[in-house]
Amino acid sequence: MPGLITMDDLTNDEIISILDDAERLLPVARGEIYLPLLQGRILGNLFFEPSTRTRMSFETAMKRLGGDVVNLGDVKTSSVVKGETLFDTIQMVDGYTDIIAMRHPRQGAAQYACDSAKVPILNGGDGAGHHPTQTMLDLFTIRQSHGTLEGLNVVLAGDLRYGRTVHSLSHALVRFGCNVTFASPESLRMPEEIVADLKVHGAEVVETDDLLGQINSADVIYMTRIQKERFPDEDEYAKVAGAYKLQASDLDGAKAEMIIMHPLPRVNEIHPSVDSTRHARYFEQAFNGVVARMALMCRLLGVDVPAAIGTEGGIQ
Amino acid sequence: MSQEANMRRVTAIKNGTVIDHVPAGKALSVLKMLGIGGDMSNPVSLVMNVPSKKMGGKDIIKVEDRELTQHELDRLALVAPDASVAIIRAYSVAEKLDINLTDEVVNVARCTFSNCITENPREPLPHRLIVTKRDPLELRCRYCGKTQDIEALVDNLI
Repeated sequence: MPGLITMDDLTNDEIISILDDAERLLPVARGEIYLPLLQGRILGNLFFEPSTRTRMSFETAMKRLGGDVVNLGDVKTSSVVKGETLFDTIQMVDGYTDIIAMRHPRQGAAQYACDSAKVPILNGGDGAGHHPTQTMLDLFTIRQSHGTLEGLNVVLAGDLRYGRTVHSLSHALVRFGCNVTFASPESLRMPEEIVADLKVHGAEVVETDDLLGQINSADVIYMTRIQKERFPDEDEYAKVAGAYKLQASDLDGAKAEMIIMHPLPRVNEIHPSVDSTRHARYFEQAFNGVVARMALMCRLLGVDVPAAIGTEGGIQ
Repeated sequence: MSQEANMRRVTAIKNGTVIDHVPAGKALSVLKMLGIGGDMSNPVSLVMNVPSKKMGGKDIIKVEDRELTQHELDRLALVAPDASVAIIRAYSVAEKLDINLTDEVVNVARCTFSNCITENPREPLPHRLIVTKRDPLELRCRYCGKTQDIEALVDNLI
């Protein structure tokens, strides 16, 4: 059964068409309209590692569309702790549900689940691999702000080595002809094979350790969290993380329409002073996870999103 | 140096398998991939780094009293995809076998990435490595997408 494992599973036309669906679903996501397109359908939420936004937004998306959700629950109390293989877990959940959203600490787990299942699998993150549903909501947010995905200057900053959101996003951006700049400490650079893939797609990739120098030419700055555990000692972490922080005063020379995004949770990399600037988009971005996932679930379940959705009382 | 001189380096075998055109220096890896070690009683002759018109330099392996199977040849494709294999019976070439590197190498070796889902030996789906480039050989795991360390793959044979 086809699922969404990496962004390669969608063509550019499909991406645009799903983003269009998501846009029409905005009033449904906000709870202004009840549109039970997925009534009677059950989502299996299989989160083998912690998740707040992804898990909750999948659940919200399914419930806003009239469907229901079953959760794996805490991995520590599930059959996984008894040594059940992923294959067996998927066989079981496959029988209980119509679609599965999954996050797993092992890379490749989503493709493995997809090969094991009859129902569609939505990859909600596999190790340091891919996170395509996050990419869809990121693309939605970028298009919402700039009106296009094409030809933008996008700076991806922070932990590019282990941050799966930036792996999936950079692939998609390049496909839409964006110029991508990777700003990260040397030890957290984008993996070579991803840079090689991007170059195959014809992208000119700029790698730098200077984030602040990129601000004025950027249309989008996508920040990620640098995690302490990636560094051998606290001092080294403090030195590196300090160079990848944004505060409001850093944005004086930025383009008016430049937006700052972050997959959240943030720690220190975006100072709260940025929240009230015109550039901050990370909370809207988190909300957009609901519409993007609504549209994706409809697509994978073969349910058409109506061409016109009224602002009152359901479908016009 | 002539081909004839190459052939004289080791004597002809009566029955068994000759693996020619192994990339220079890779013969030991080939033996490892075939599971041929000190615990095997068959005589094995090895010639390394001999001149070759086709390859510049090459290795040759002769294994007596053993005929390679197609499954064993699949393993060989990972280090010596262009090797030529001849099955010898009564001092004559009885069969010539081709090593055809397929687009996907299934259940030959486990992914070399330590955090791949296939690292759990109890997971039942086949190990699948996709050939993304042939020269030089590049493989990626179907599941985790990681480019494989070809040298390390020898240690991950199934």
